[in-house]
Amino acid sequence: MGEVIVVTSGKGGVGKTTTTSNIGIGLAMLGKSVVIVDADIGLRNLDVVMGLENRIVYDIVDVVEDNCRIKQALIKDKKFDHLFLLPAAQTKDKDAIAPEQMKNLSDELKGMFDYVIIDCPAGIEQGFKNAIVGADRALVVTTPEISAVRDADRIIGLLEANGLNSPKLIINRIKQDMVNRGDMMNIDDIIDILAIDLIGVVPDDEAIVISTNRGEPVIIEGKSMAGQAYLNISKRIMGEDVPLLNLDIEEGLISKLRKLFFGK
Amino acid sequence: MDFLKLFGKSEKKSKNVAKDRLKLVLVNDRSNVSPRFLEMVKSDIIKVISEYMIVDEEAIDIKITKTRSSSEDATVSALIANIPIKEIKANYND
Repeated sequence: MGEVIVVTSGKGGVGKTTTTSNIGIGLAMLGKSVVIVDADIGLRNLDVVMGLENRIVYDIVDVVEDNCRIKQALIKDKKFDHLFLLPAAQTKDKDAIAPEQMKNLSDELKGMFDYVIIDCPAGIEQGFKNAIVGADRALVVTTPEISAVRDADRIIGLLEANGLNSPKLIINRIKQDMVNRGDMMNIDDIIDILAIDLIGVVPDDEAIVISTNRGEPVIIEGKSMAGQAYLNISKRIMGEDVPLLNLDIEEGLISKLRKLFFGK
Repeated sequence: MDFLKLFGKSEKKSKNVAKDRLKLVLVNDRSNVSPRFLEMVKSDIIKVISEYMIVDEEAIDIKITKTRSSSEDATVSALIANIPIKEIKANYND
């Protein structure tokens, strides 16, 4: 029996879809069978981020309305044989699926895969409620901005009210130079405010934009900081104890030089 | 801090401004109670406490906030009241 993990944030544009796609691939790279589910009905995007937009025939609404079998709607990834996408419907609205239907779907997928990763829509309405109803655990994505952290706090409250206790936090788009100047909240500031456990920090990285342009999530290529951060998060989801990345590139350089000259 | 002022850096770091503003706004977001409700709690607390001591009614700060409980891994709501005492009433202070 697999596990259903919902990726949520409250605020839009903080990187839920990017996070979902990279974690999905990360878990697949680590040998797990994974399905990523786009629950953002009417605003489908996980398909383009994954580069699978040309392969869609059926979608999640077709599945719950019994227009097709679940396996017909699942799209196999280009690179990983045991990674699948269940796309959202683009022409329906968020009320096209009822919470019970979503619960049944989550349970069914759980029986087929090791991990079911659900990309939750922004907001706290029906789409959010649907996305979390079948989840076993939740990841909350935020950025170091006042509005994103505020919305994350609200979402954490709603998750806990719905029985999803101790959600884990992903802080996205940290700009280390701004943190060093004192012009961006740091990891400790945000954890201090939200009072939940951290599962990963992803630096602001141009590689994300470039890889998304190509429809190949950043984790695949593997060299970028953001890619490494997502792989670490995937490992932590599987229970591995991985230390946080050192985002302080300058400090990293200095310590490299120190190692070069002093051997320490 | 004074040292920094010498170099014209007395301005508060913007991340601290953000953090302080967030903390304030979250107090209200989290409490889920109206300001009127808190006023009622406050006036009743004053009523009880002033039997025993004279307090600075203007400076009283009451809020409902969320903290991580120490015993278990969950967040709990707490009523936090900061009530400055001006004087303990003598007849109760033997």
